[in-house]
Amino acid sequence: MTKLWRRHRWWLTPTLLILPAAVLFSVVILASAVESLWISLHEWDGFSPMVWIGLGNYRELFADPQFYVSLKNNLIWLVMFMLAPPLGLAIALLVSQKIRGMRLLKSLFFIPLVLASVAVGVVFTWVYTPEFGLLALIFRTFGATAPAVLSDENFVTFAVVIAALWPQIAFCMVLYLAGLNNLSEDLIGAGRVDGARGWNMLRHIVLPQLTQVTFIAIAVTVVGALRSFDMVSVMTSGGPFGSSEVLAYQMFEQSIFSYRFGYGAAIASVLFVIMAVFIAWYLTRMIRADERGG
Amino acid sequence: MFPRPIPETAIWQRRLYVVLVVGILIVWLAPLFAIILTSFRSTQDVMGGNLWGWPTQFGLVDNYTAVFTQTPMARYFLNSLTITIPSVIGVLILSTLAGFVLARYRFRGNMLVFALFVGGNFLPHQIMMIPVRDLMVRLNLYDTMSALIIFHIAFQTGFATLFMRNFIAALPGELFQAARAEGATPFQTLVHVVVPLVRPALAALAILLFTFIWNDYFWAVVLTISDTVKPVTAGLANLRGEWISAWNLISAGTIVVALPPVAMFFLMQKHFITGLTMGAVKG
Repeated sequence: MTKLWRRHRWWLTPTLLILPAAVLFSVVILASAVESLWISLHEWDGFSPMVWIGLGNYRELFADPQFYVSLKNNLIWLVMFMLAPPLGLAIALLVSQKIRGMRLLKSLFFIPLVLASVAVGVVFTWVYTPEFGLLALIFRTFGATAPAVLSDENFVTFAVVIAALWPQIAFCMVLYLAGLNNLSEDLIGAGRVDGARGWNMLRHIVLPQLTQVTFIAIAVTVVGALRSFDMVSVMTSGGPFGSSEVLAYQMFEQSIFSYRFGYGAAIASVLFVIMAVFIAWYLTRMIRADERGG
Repeated sequence: MFPRPIPETAIWQRRLYVVLVVGILIVWLAPLFAIILTSFRSTQDVMGGNLWGWPTQFGLVDNYTAVFTQTPMARYFLNSLTITIPSVIGVLILSTLAGFVLARYRFRGNMLVFALFVGGNFLPHQIMMIPVRDLMVRLNLYDTMSALIIFHIAFQTGFATLFMRNFIAALPGELFQAARAEGATPFQTLVHVVVPLVRPALAALAILLFTFIWNDYFWAVVLTISDTVKPVTAGLANLRGEWISAWNLISAGTIVVALPPVAMFFLMQKHFITGLTMGAVKG
């Protein structure tokens, strides 16, 4: 036995070391993702046997008006979330002065990032509460009445996205702060000699050096926007009348509340395809950037 | 340096700048201040509609006592700890082992395995929801803390392995040659050479994982229903339904949920930032 172990140790050790992680990850994460695609081709309530219906769920989905509402909301999330990288950069620039006390202020700006999204959702629900919330208070100081944003179909998604932007901006700010630390002194010095200042300096000398960071910031922001679930669930439960639903929430609702697991899996698969297109774009960009760099 | 530093001699300019930043910070954190202030209000004031005026009496102690005695919040809090701590430890162990292999061994499929770990992280959680829930039902683990622990370990291992692999790959190769020359087995190398050197990375990873797992809400509502196993995030969402307009209590509950990650962050700020910037690929 020991001899056998000695002879095969060179490959047995690494295999044994990586096995727990690989098995757990493949079984729980990867296999589940594939299984969902399979389930999406069935009618299933989670208890009775699955019934094969081919593309039936997808046909139903593409005829479902709620699907287009969710899709439109996902698009609103995506577009509005693109504010996070520039605003994050702005705050990062703001706190990049070396003055006493600035470090503490800087870390206070980070706080929204570590809050649980449920907490952020509750905080903003309170801010938006008609008559009593912070928003109502602000409107009242100007002699106006705040609209009940969370129960108004026209405002609700925007209100939820603004809440979700709060931690996302903080995230982008952290990324840009790291990027600003690694700027090339020489290039900036040269720029100063050439008379570049303020906006011009930022646009032509600083931003080109931050391309990599910007790329990462946009990537995490896109993934964050497509993943949005917690805020919708906590702040509106998709309401009023489904007007603030996104794909992730619609999927959850169809599966958990209506026991339509096949239909839910189909929605998840559509979300997955959207994400996959994005990941493919992201990876090709990354590989191309790598080749250019190397 | 960009932006151009304000010179040390321009004292007034520097002071004004700090005032400006503090002003912006107050606006930035206004929603948080609103919830903190509300958590100090007495129930009489909240019910009477006095939410922003000077309080007739303070409810700070009452509110937080109520959160812990009249609701299952203490239980939720304990559940969250019971779920989060073993999950973090589990991920740290699995990802160090896997990261070590991916960083130090060349074998066919190395890149593929690595790509799967990374790619799995970008998956929308909903694509795993139904099979994972079903798996836990079949294993008789549905509505237990073990279900959440197993899921969190599995999912976070993807990101953590990427993190540890990059860190271990950056260690100097001579170290490993020396260890081999001394006759150390790979396992000994891992324990006596790698682990002491990657301690900062492990610290950074641990605090990130703590935050991610503590803050999880989606899997908490998918895999648990009973109060005895629910973590604080799902618990808070429940309490909101029960206390509809008792905003002073809801606010206090929110602060309780938010506190542990914020405290961790301030205690280990440097590690947190390094971790986040290094692991930003995660999303």
